[in-house]
Amino acid sequence: MEILLKNGLLSDGSVADIRIVGEFIAEIGQELSSSGELINCAGLRILPGFVDLHTHLREPGRENAETVLTGSRAAIRGGFTAISPMANTSPVADSAGVVEQVWRLGREAGLCDVFPIGAVSEGLEGKKLSEMKAMADSAAKVRIFSDDGKCVSDSLLMRRALEYVKSFDGVIAQHAQDPRLTEGAQMNEGVVSSQLGLAGWPAIAEEAIIARDILLAHSLGSRLHICHLSTKGSVEIIRWAKAQGMQVTAEVTPHHLLLTDETARTYDPIYKVNPPLRTDEDVKALRAALADGTIDIVATDHAPHPAEDKDCEWASAAFGMVGLETALGIVITTMIETGLMNWDRLIEVMSTNPAKIGGYTAHGLDLKEGSIANIAIVDPEKRWTVDRELLLSKSRNTPLHGFELTGDVIHTIFNGRLVMKNQNLIGAVHE
Amino acid sequence: MKHLLSIADLSELEIVGILDTASELEKLTSGSVKKLPTLRGRTVVNLFFEDSTRTRLSFESAAKRLSADVTNFSAKGSSVSKGESLKDTAQTLEAMGADLIVIRHPASGAAKRLAESGWIESSVINAGDGTHEHPTQALLDAFTIRKHFGPTLTTFSGLKIAIVGDILHSRVARSNVLLLRKMGADVTLIAPPTLLPSTIDSWGVRSSYDFDENLEEFDVVMMLRVQLERMNDSFFPNGREYSKGYGLDGDRLKRLKSNAIVMHPGPMNRGLEISAASADSIRSVVIDQVSNGVVVRMAALYQLLGGPNISSTHETLGA
Repeated sequence: MEILLKNGLLSDGSVADIRIVGEFIAEIGQELSSSGELINCAGLRILPGFVDLHTHLREPGRENAETVLTGSRAAIRGGFTAISPMANTSPVADSAGVVEQVWRLGREAGLCDVFPIGAVSEGLEGKKLSEMKAMADSAAKVRIFSDDGKCVSDSLLMRRALEYVKSFDGVIAQHAQDPRLTEGAQMNEGVVSSQLGLAGWPAIAEEAIIARDILLAHSLGSRLHICHLSTKGSVEIIRWAKAQGMQVTAEVTPHHLLLTDETARTYDPIYKVNPPLRTDEDVKALRAALADGTIDIVATDHAPHPAEDKDCEWASAAFGMVGLETALGIVITTMIETGLMNWDRLIEVMSTNPAKIGGYTAHGLDLKEGSIANIAIVDPEKRWTVDRELLLSKSRNTPLHGFELTGDVIHTIFNGRLVMKNQNLIGAVHE
Repeated sequence: MKHLLSIADLSELEIVGILDTASELEKLTSGSVKKLPTLRGRTVVNLFFEDSTRTRLSFESAAKRLSADVTNFSAKGSSVSKGESLKDTAQTLEAMGADLIVIRHPASGAAKRLAESGWIESSVINAGDGTHEHPTQALLDAFTIRKHFGPTLTTFSGLKIAIVGDILHSRVARSNVLLLRKMGADVTLIAPPTLLPSTIDSWGVRSSYDFDENLEEFDVVMMLRVQLERMNDSFFPNGREYSKGYGLDGDRLKRLKSNAIVMHPGPMNRGLEISAASADSIRSVVIDQVSNGVVVRMAALYQLLGGPNISSTHETLGA
């Protein structure tokens, strides 16, 4: 099978054709021809497929919110060719059996790579290490471990986890949240929370854990990744650590690049998320950090929830928002349109860097002859309005319904196969 | 006005309008006939997800004095404790004919969600939502202040008012700060640092950790109920120490201005935030607050269900 991408804009600024044969890029050049499927890419950017290191797919256990299949559909709609479902399923992905199940479901869906993240502690309880080596040795080949949704708050357990994963080059992805400082927390602690009477989630609860873990990881020579940075203080700590030559990577979500805690004034829990939306000052710091390399990647923290979990009073509502299908639009709108970042940097933060952190060798590759063809084809200028009814995710909990974004994914190619054409999904292969 | 959800939504004029209406209603119901026919045929539902006998009884009395039918729905022992949602409960009550829902709920913002999510058509009165607001309490407090310092006051400019206690968790304090600021009062919040929001400077009022500082200057001292459970979360070491620093005892009472009043939203913890001597003193207007609560809530119900504006109030009532 062949695909010919005609007249697409490459990252070096040239306009060229790309011929894909089987799984691979066979040829890049001018005026190529092919007997296969022809895609007109005039005016479109050809990018390596995006890689998400922070996805919630809810299967097994909460299939009413999302399944591996529906989450995969949302992923390729957003240009992602690899996603990493978090371990907080039911049962928890803390054993080889569960991560292999999720990995296999991803293969069956066949739309993108699904690389499960394993739990650090048994049942996410923060007490006892899970069988991380068994997960690493399983068919799922897990390399990223996280108790996301909960923080590995016990200093000793965190130390052991950081040490233990060194034998298989694993990385601990920390959800930084001091549990005692955030008991009952509903939103960012600040001016708005004090007026709304919603219990505050102070910035220090994130920053204190990040500071501790950076020092721990540095003393052990271990790999540490910080999930969803949300505060200016967190940015400053990571910036300092990197300046000292300490090994740490960090992510930011699209929603933390865009929205602030002012949205909570509606009391509409569509804006309820963990870590919470912060202040305008934090948003500015996160944008600057993503641009200057302090923050390494964008990760969606795609967190689907059924309608009933949001159609209620704030305190009873679930934390989280879907994000796979709007991630690129938010990054372009907040970072490219504003002139903070160029397209090379976008490729790094959405594809190259996350693929490196996860060890996903078939992703984040330069578009050149011989590379596996995992590709997102993007209209950088398209202005569109988010409509929650059109999401491919099983859930509708986007805070951006009715919001206008710039830039969207038009076609997605996974392993040399066109899985989305003109924003329409093409049936999955069932093996 | 369709709903009464937050003092933040009201203009100074609307606040004075409600207080004036309450004054009229008070005159009309102070004689032997306590009941007006104004809301005959209308149904008010008291939807209470928290125990609050006082506030519920106050709304019930207010509605009945205006001849409305009243249904009381308490979440305890109902289907709510079996997992029925706020949305389903409210829709069920509306389907049974509610014109106005008075809601008390432990979640901040619950009243606003109920009013603005498209779940129901009824008017909504916030009778206390979590640690957010309790607007009718602030209105009845303003009514009480007005009765004491001048029944037709349209501004509280020149009045020095202290609110003392658990500001952080108090919906009474939030509503009062908003209202008293709009009315031009000089407000000071007094509490230990643990019970003041860390961003208190953004509230636009004074704050202090010291109850004894400038005590002689206050015209109104509003004491807040302190829940003893707070000491389990280390907000203060124990009741004794709290009381010593922030309780209104006999010594502090003596230092107040001769014309000053002592207020408390009730129920009082005698011996904790207020001593029996202070609670029962001539300065205490706590009982007046309770009776004023009924007329102010009548005014609120009247404005939401009765007439389009305040001027027609007088005609209707006079008729």
